[in-house]
Amino acid sequence: MRDLFAEDRERLKELGPDAMDKAVRNQRRQARRFRERFANNAALMVLSIAAGITVMALAIIILYVLINGAPAIASHFPSFIFTWPHGVNAAGGIWPTIVSTIYVTALAMLIATPIAVLAAVYLAEYAKQGRIVTIIRFAADSLASVPSIVMGLFGLAFFIEAFHIPMSMLSAALALSLLMLPIIMRATEEAIRAVPRYIRWGSYGMGATKWQTVRRVVLPWAMPRIITGLVLAMGRAIGETAVVFYTMGMAINMPVTPLDSGRSMAVHLYMLAVDGINLKSAYGTALILMVVILLLNTLAHAIQRRYRKVR
Amino acid sequence: MTPSVTLRTPDKAPTAVPQQHKKAELTLVSRSTQIKERALSLLFFLCAIVAVLGVVLIFAFVAVRAVPLFKQIGFLNFIAGTKWSVANSQFGVVPFIVGSVVVTAGALAIGAPLAILTALFLSEIAGPRARAVIRPAVELLAGIPSVVYGFFGVTVVAPLVGRMFGGAGFGPLTAWIVLSIMIVPTISMLSEDALDSIPMGIREASFAMGATQWQTIYKVVLPAAKIGIIDATILGMGRAIGETMAVLMIVGNAPQMFAGLTKPIATLTSQIVLGMSYATPGAFQTALFGMAALLFIISMGLVLTVRILSRGKRGTYDA
Repeated sequence: MRDLFAEDRERLKELGPDAMDKAVRNQRRQARRFRERFANNAALMVLSIAAGITVMALAIIILYVLINGAPAIASHFPSFIFTWPHGVNAAGGIWPTIVSTIYVTALAMLIATPIAVLAAVYLAEYAKQGRIVTIIRFAADSLASVPSIVMGLFGLAFFIEAFHIPMSMLSAALALSLLMLPIIMRATEEAIRAVPRYIRWGSYGMGATKWQTVRRVVLPWAMPRIITGLVLAMGRAIGETAVVFYTMGMAINMPVTPLDSGRSMAVHLYMLAVDGINLKSAYGTALILMVVILLLNTLAHAIQRRYRKVR
Repeated sequence: MTPSVTLRTPDKAPTAVPQQHKKAELTLVSRSTQIKERALSLLFFLCAIVAVLGVVLIFAFVAVRAVPLFKQIGFLNFIAGTKWSVANSQFGVVPFIVGSVVVTAGALAIGAPLAILTALFLSEIAGPRARAVIRPAVELLAGIPSVVYGFFGVTVVAPLVGRMFGGAGFGPLTAWIVLSIMIVPTISMLSEDALDSIPMGIREASFAMGATQWQTIYKVVLPAAKIGIIDATILGMGRAIGETMAVLMIVGNAPQMFAGLTKPIATLTSQIVLGMSYATPGAFQTALFGMAALLFIISMGLVLTVRILSRGKRGTYDA
């Protein structure tokens, strides 16, 4: 019988005694490298798919609201925005809810901004790091994570039942400002901490007091990032439903004074969606809400980008 | 705090009357300036205390309202009671706690991996162009109001789930799908912060030893960012437990024990809203406030957990 491997054996003899080991090792190394590359590619693929799913989820939601909401607005173009809803089906426009939303958000910003910015100034510039600062930080973090329904019930129990403020723009703005407080505080504190130290030294070197330094040097420098935080907090307030529901009510009304009640866009959308009576208006309202949030986010980004270019 | 000797600058802008410039000489800071500085720093302190005050007031006004109930039916019957029946004055919240746990656990099981993988992609793999698309998308997901998510759940996800599994489609499964998308931005953005704070050097060291990208991620980057990612997941959990409007709209709102993925249930948050719409002052309303207090304690507990976890982390990579 012919020896099938005679030739190989001859070659092995020529190559030396550990050639076999070498070949095996080489083969194993290649196999491992292949496995590693395969695992690497598979893992990277999984990561990209996850990112893809996230972006897709956003795209689906935006497209869905856009496709259904655009006709609802377009078919009654200016009137959907600028007329009142009427009848049991809330047919017609959503003008009072837009005004109420803007009113309450502006009022909440007016209340929250000075307190939050000054609180952040305290934390970043004045406070000695210690127990009090730890407590304040913990409180701010907790405030940021309070479920919105709890905040709503608190607003009801505190501002309306204990302080006898009627369900109004004012009570809702007060409750919302508590919600925005930690967001603005964190953004401002980070902005202030990002101000380079030598700029402060320059100001002190010229004899400025602490407050003069903060007001004329630190805050202007930190302003773009503070504004970004404000814009994001604004978006949060506009979309908030539960808090507004319990502190402002749901009466469709055109607010004039801060003690007037009203219904925000988010609450309006909730009522329409739950009752399922006028989905067309619901889509339209959802679209306007989304567009506003989208614009605010874009604005925040634009401010950040511009700021990065300048410095 | 205030340096005792500073150059006194005029308070007015340089456009002021020239006479005032004469005053810009080296003097002790005037008493009035010192008082002003003190007063201001006190004012700032008071502003910072508002946050603490807010938390204390929220807890006081929500929890105090619940106290009469505990006197009436006993704390144990509230927290461990399994029957919720307003007509029989039975206010056991176990069904809602179970509902919240089921909804949150499912949302986390889907949402957390998705979010962490997205964060890894953004921080470790994506080029600038991919990042410029994906990161704003994630931020935008965070900005979409929860009522819009709920609306999407009602009009799209619930009918879809209903068609596939029977029933109306309102239940934990629908809530999982919607909530998991809602918590992705929270977890993803915070995880990415944690990943970005890891110094580039340890990645380079890993690559230099011949590790592949995945080996570097799995054996070097992930362990280094572990605590940050756990923190992010806990905060995402807080978001899921506290989520109100979206859950209310899609979970079915039946005050009964969890019986199946497509059977309607209620969570702590949804039951509060539902109950408040027809609760009259009395035991019923106090029970709802008791549930709100419970939610508040849970969310504070989660924040506290994060604080304690991150305390050990601080200083590890601060070079």
